[in-house]
Amino acid sequence: MSKDIRIKKGLNIKLVGAAEQTTSKAVLSNVYAIGLSDFHGVTPKMLVKQGAEVKAGEPLFYNKNKESMLFVSPVSGELVEIVRGARRRILSLKILADKEQAAVVHDLLNVESASKEEVKAYLLKGGCWPFIKQRPYDIVADPDVNPKAIFVSGYVTAPLAADLNYVLQGKEKELQAAITALDKLTPGKVHVSVGKSDNSPLAGLKGVELHKVSGPHPAGLVGTQINRINPINKGETVWTVTPQDLVIIGELLLTGKFNAERTVALVGSSVKAPKYYTTKIGTEISTFLYASGVEGDNFRVINGDVLTGSKSAPDGHLGYYNNTVTAIPEGDDYELFGWNKPVFNKISATRALTFSWMQPNKKYDLTTNTNGEHRAFVVTGMYEKVFPLDIFPMQLLKACMIKDLDEMEQLGLYEVAPEDFSLTEFVCVSKQPHQQIIREGLDLLHKEIG
Amino acid sequence: MSDKKLTFKKRLHILKHHYRGKKMAPAFNALHTFLFAPDETTHNGSHVRAADDLKRTMNTVIMALVPVLLFSMFNAGYQHFSAINGFPQEFSLVNDFLTWDNFWIGIIKVLPLVVVSYGVGLLVEFIFAVIKGHEVEEGYLVTGMLVPLIVPIDTPLWMLSVAVVFGVVIGKEVFGGTGMNILNPALTIRAFLFFAYPTWMSGDKVWVYQAVERAGGPDAISGETILGYLAQNKGAEMSYSVSDMFFGFIPGSVGETSTFLILLGGLFLIFSKIASWRIMLSAVIGSLVMGLIFNGVVDQGWIGETSKFYGLMSFDFWQHLIVGGLAFGIVYMATDPVTGAQTNRGKWFYGFFIGFLSVMIRVFNPAYPEGVFLAILLMNVFAPTIDHYVVRGNVKRRLKRLKNATILPKDSAGKANELHAETA
Repeated sequence: MSKDIRIKKGLNIKLVGAAEQTTSKAVLSNVYAIGLSDFHGVTPKMLVKQGAEVKAGEPLFYNKNKESMLFVSPVSGELVEIVRGARRRILSLKILADKEQAAVVHDLLNVESASKEEVKAYLLKGGCWPFIKQRPYDIVADPDVNPKAIFVSGYVTAPLAADLNYVLQGKEKELQAAITALDKLTPGKVHVSVGKSDNSPLAGLKGVELHKVSGPHPAGLVGTQINRINPINKGETVWTVTPQDLVIIGELLLTGKFNAERTVALVGSSVKAPKYYTTKIGTEISTFLYASGVEGDNFRVINGDVLTGSKSAPDGHLGYYNNTVTAIPEGDDYELFGWNKPVFNKISATRALTFSWMQPNKKYDLTTNTNGEHRAFVVTGMYEKVFPLDIFPMQLLKACMIKDLDEMEQLGLYEVAPEDFSLTEFVCVSKQPHQQIIREGLDLLHKEIG
Repeated sequence: MSDKKLTFKKRLHILKHHYRGKKMAPAFNALHTFLFAPDETTHNGSHVRAADDLKRTMNTVIMALVPVLLFSMFNAGYQHFSAINGFPQEFSLVNDFLTWDNFWIGIIKVLPLVVVSYGVGLLVEFIFAVIKGHEVEEGYLVTGMLVPLIVPIDTPLWMLSVAVVFGVVIGKEVFGGTGMNILNPALTIRAFLFFAYPTWMSGDKVWVYQAVERAGGPDAISGETILGYLAQNKGAEMSYSVSDMFFGFIPGSVGETSTFLILLGGLFLIFSKIASWRIMLSAVIGSLVMGLIFNGVVDQGWIGETSKFYGLMSFDFWQHLIVGGLAFGIVYMATDPVTGAQTNRGKWFYGFFIGFLSVMIRVFNPAYPEGVFLAILLMNVFAPTIDHYVVRGNVKRRLKRLKNATILPKDSAGKANELHAETA
């Protein structure tokens, strides 16, 4: 049985450079890296020393605050470098891959008959736990908490993001195994969403509550769906997993091995031949970026989609959660009378001499230019048009900025993740960093309230 | 590369880096960004951004004001000559209104108001930006255009300067600049003028060029506004038709007279999604409701023709919208996002009360038969309160949800109970 969710508020950002539906195998990377910034709030405690040999799936470090939470190596090889930043904080771990890959093999678990504790222990041990994230706070899930439900969004609305219907093809077995396991971890339901007209492998899963979603971005964001299906109340926790991470979880359950392989969409207007590549978590982005060719040399590589990804570089590494890598031109140039001349080549949510409303299906080639300077909040009512959650976005942002914990809590900060504010950030006339404000608000709330 | 090969753009870029971190940087940047949209790029978060910035938003409002300004320049002359020679018998738009003579009066009377308003206001903004080290923000671009349009034409320039300084400093900068102010700066300036120089700002002499100078002399002219006539129960003496009122061939503050062009400006602002249609619509409804109530009072015979309120109370309810500054206030001032209500539901209440109170003050204020600026300022003060209750509604809904939170049992009741114990 499925339930329909229709989102009306929002904005689809149509960009040039969508991936063609063909997949190539990316060149093997020499060095793989795990960036600690992917695991927000995790304080790493190393388990292996620099120079040690590790197998794929062997734990590299654990979370100091939650010792059962292990983070494993995506490949076998030598831990060549622990990159540290200020105050010796670990920034990333670099592994020089072996020619012959060896993996840790765990005993198989009978998922059907396993208990909740067994499933949990298996995922923790196998290194798949970090794929499960929790709300509130948008961090790696705390294994000692019972979530009231688990959400998986299989509906993609983010600009240029990898098409899950395509990359999940043939992965039904893994997906089902992962869902069966996750179902044990919650006394509530596992909610899976697919696009209304999608032909998704997720639609055939058993043991889930299926939702058919339609509407513009951010309808595909899991936060939007949670808000519609079963909003988070104070004191409650929900978990979220992305579908392509379900595949890795499923593979661990079916084979006993941690397989970091993933199909990644290489997209963006700076990519000459945008398409899909199979590669591994932590791979150097240049291993497939240059295979497709790039336009010019002044472009930005983004780990993720243009709204929520993190800034990277060709020699950066594929993030732990990303299945999209975007390259778009940098916009570090001046534009004569950019503030008052009519605009035809940029997207706008208004019609203030901006004409994107006339061509709703045109695809745009946007740069990283901010199109204006940072200002105080002035315009009102704009965010609400693209923000479908039952939350007052500007009031919540202001509560975060003034660090008013009571307000943050009352206005619904528990329900959101930074990505939910990516679209309000996009349309913001005052060019405020919404996602950063929300992230800092969540961190503060987490620290003070726990 | 020799300096000669540098483009203008490049030179400015070098200058920008030269000024970076220095005292005059905000002043330079303000001028630079008027010429070139800056080369700033996003960092993390959304890597692409929509085309609009605050400058564009403000510029859109200014564009909506330009027709009003041009009309007011012609009207300045038209009212002046009509007061001297009498209104033309057969009115012709081209021959009687859009004439060079009329426009010349506009150039010598209206344009200086605009220049002084922008000059003084932006000077104050620049000084504050340099002292406080923040960027020059765009708020004054609209304020500076609004101010000359809401004052009487004969306002002395020094008076305007004093008011602008007061309005920008006390109305805006002390709160922290654009986006932080509680009261609409343009209306703060108008209110300052009204309370500091009341004799200049009201009466029947200030609305037409030279009416003050000629007062008492043999060639005295009158420039009484329609509201002025009505407030004195002299509505019968007026020679203005409804179409005069709607199209704006009447005396009044510089830019407030043409309801037609204001309506066009309002539609443009709604279409471009810059101003809130909720505020405009609810303000119109509010003023109509108040007007109807007053008309009803007259119809019931509760108030006699001798009453000093009779003139304005018996004025057709819908005509309130086409005389005085009500339309101008609703379209350009009430919709100021900073000082207005910020929630969509709050905007309905905020707008309604602006319309409602404007007409009420208009009728009951004996000294000055116009209420829109006082009504908007009053509602500016109440806007945060309105928003507070709207936002509390959302908070209450969330608390109620928490209270009723039940976990749907999936298979066994045991599991649900287990969870309930943990979340409680």
